[in-house]
Amino acid sequence: MDLKDLYQEIILDHGKNPRNLGKFDNYNKDAKGNNPLCGDNVHVYLRLNENKKVEDIAFEGHGCAISMASASIMTDMVRGKEEKEVKEIVTDFLGMIKEKDSLETNILKDDEKTKLMSLSGVKQYPMRVKCATLSWHTLTSALDNSDQIVKTEE
Amino acid sequence: MNIDDIKREFPIFDDKIQNNDLVYLDSANSSQKPRVVVDRIYDFYTKEFSNVGRSVHYLAVAATNLYEQTRVSVQKYINAKDKDEIVFTKGATEAINLVANTFGQKYLSEGDEVLLTELEHHSNYVPWHFLRKAKNIKIEFAEINDNGEVTLEAIEKKITNKTKIISVSHLSNVTGAILPIKEIVQLAHSKNIPVLIDGCQGAPHLKLDMQDIDCDFYAISGHKMYGPTGIGILYAKKKWLEDLPPYQGGGGMINEVKKEGITYGELPNKYEAGTMATAQVIAFNESIKFMEKIGIQNIEKHEKELLDYGLEKLRKNNSVNIIGNPKEKGGVISFTIEGIHPHDIATILDEDGVAIRAGHHCCQILHDKLNLPATARASFGIYNTKDDIDKLNEAINKCKKIFNL
Repeated sequence: MDLKDLYQEIILDHGKNPRNLGKFDNYNKDAKGNNPLCGDNVHVYLRLNENKKVEDIAFEGHGCAISMASASIMTDMVRGKEEKEVKEIVTDFLGMIKEKDSLETNILKDDEKTKLMSLSGVKQYPMRVKCATLSWHTLTSALDNSDQIVKTEE
Repeated sequence: MNIDDIKREFPIFDDKIQNNDLVYLDSANSSQKPRVVVDRIYDFYTKEFSNVGRSVHYLAVAATNLYEQTRVSVQKYINAKDKDEIVFTKGATEAINLVANTFGQKYLSEGDEVLLTELEHHSNYVPWHFLRKAKNIKIEFAEINDNGEVTLEAIEKKITNKTKIISVSHLSNVTGAILPIKEIVQLAHSKNIPVLIDGCQGAPHLKLDMQDIDCDFYAISGHKMYGPTGIGILYAKKKWLEDLPPYQGGGGMINEVKKEGITYGELPNKYEAGTMATAQVIAFNESIKFMEKIGIQNIEKHEKELLDYGLEKLRKNNSVNIIGNPKEKGGVISFTIEGIHPHDIATILDEDGVAIRAGHHCCQILHDKLNLPATARASFGIYNTKDDIDKLNEAINKCKKIFNL
């Protein structure tokens, strides 16, 4: 295990200065997520337009550097994408965190993939995987209009 | 008392953990186990195993005697009046659930109040919450002050003529505050209110005398007292154990079972349904002996020295913010670092073998009050040294470096 894999510059940067932090007014989908183990929480807001494209996305919440960076990078990455594409990216990302060595989707450009791969360091820290995935599960829940609060624990 | 000798009695420190010497600062969560406890479990299973209290063969009788010896050891250790006041449970959580459930069944009804404090562990809130749902009772919380302590006055302020039971921690697992439990019991008893003490953090670190404290119930966790997991103690005054209904039904807790009805067994069997954690109970006797050999006064003194040293060291470390400043404090230091989330602190410390806990420590009410989602916590046991605290401080500095603080 190497801490440098986990706390890469990009993570520290996004963790310290999260992009897209704060609610915006005309969102039409949102969902909350909790990590009961550590008390972290996230609230994802997004606006899906008539063409099912993510017009805007933001989040509120607090958590560790990993969870804040993950939400920050995620919101940056899915803005402007179609719902179908967003779902493919989410599945690809969660698959990578869980087992795959790399990202497979063609929707993302190489530099975007590199950015997302900076979160792959959590694989070596099983207790921290939930920090990286919470906002992604919450995004899915917002898209699916689920009323259920996403929890990392059952 | 030589701490290095004591530390050598704990096999966990024999080997490196992830290439580091282990700096174990998570004893408030669970303590490490001395060799005598681990060996006792092995020996019992390999040479002496039988279920207790049922069969009459040699092994069964011998195991029953060993099991009951632990009861007597615990009774003496906490100076309970009678050995039948000691009930074995699977942990302190079950001990509190037992009281909430049986006391609630018999004595609580709609509108009655249970008085807790804001610094209770979830295990001393959720069982009462069940009653709030089932019986529409009310739960009141005595407030903490700015030092992170709960005073006698704070308790008194929340007592009403509806208060039916008071349930409070002996020692906070977050701020380390030691509550004035004897005074709380005196006050409560003057108003005819029984008191349960959650002694999870009290029992491993403080001298206990049930007859002196005079509480009605005291819950103990075995695994925080250098004992095995799966064992807890409920101390309860005999009058309560005789008066309250049984908690769980099953074998061992009955007197006579007929199709028409059932009568329950004598104390303490009434509350020990089914096969208990026999090996753990028997091994827990070794934990008690281990602590007695060192002497609780020596344990208190050692941990106080560590606490004073740790507080001094961390207060000097810029950007470390220590949570709470109670006058009477046990060996727990919860802290935050401005700009680093406690989980990141814990992961980075772990890289150097420094094991702490991060999160809300099962005290969300308290963290909400402090307006903190999480804290980092270092907690001490008999095996810790000043060197451990130096390593903690160095690892904190490494954290700050990684985060460019």
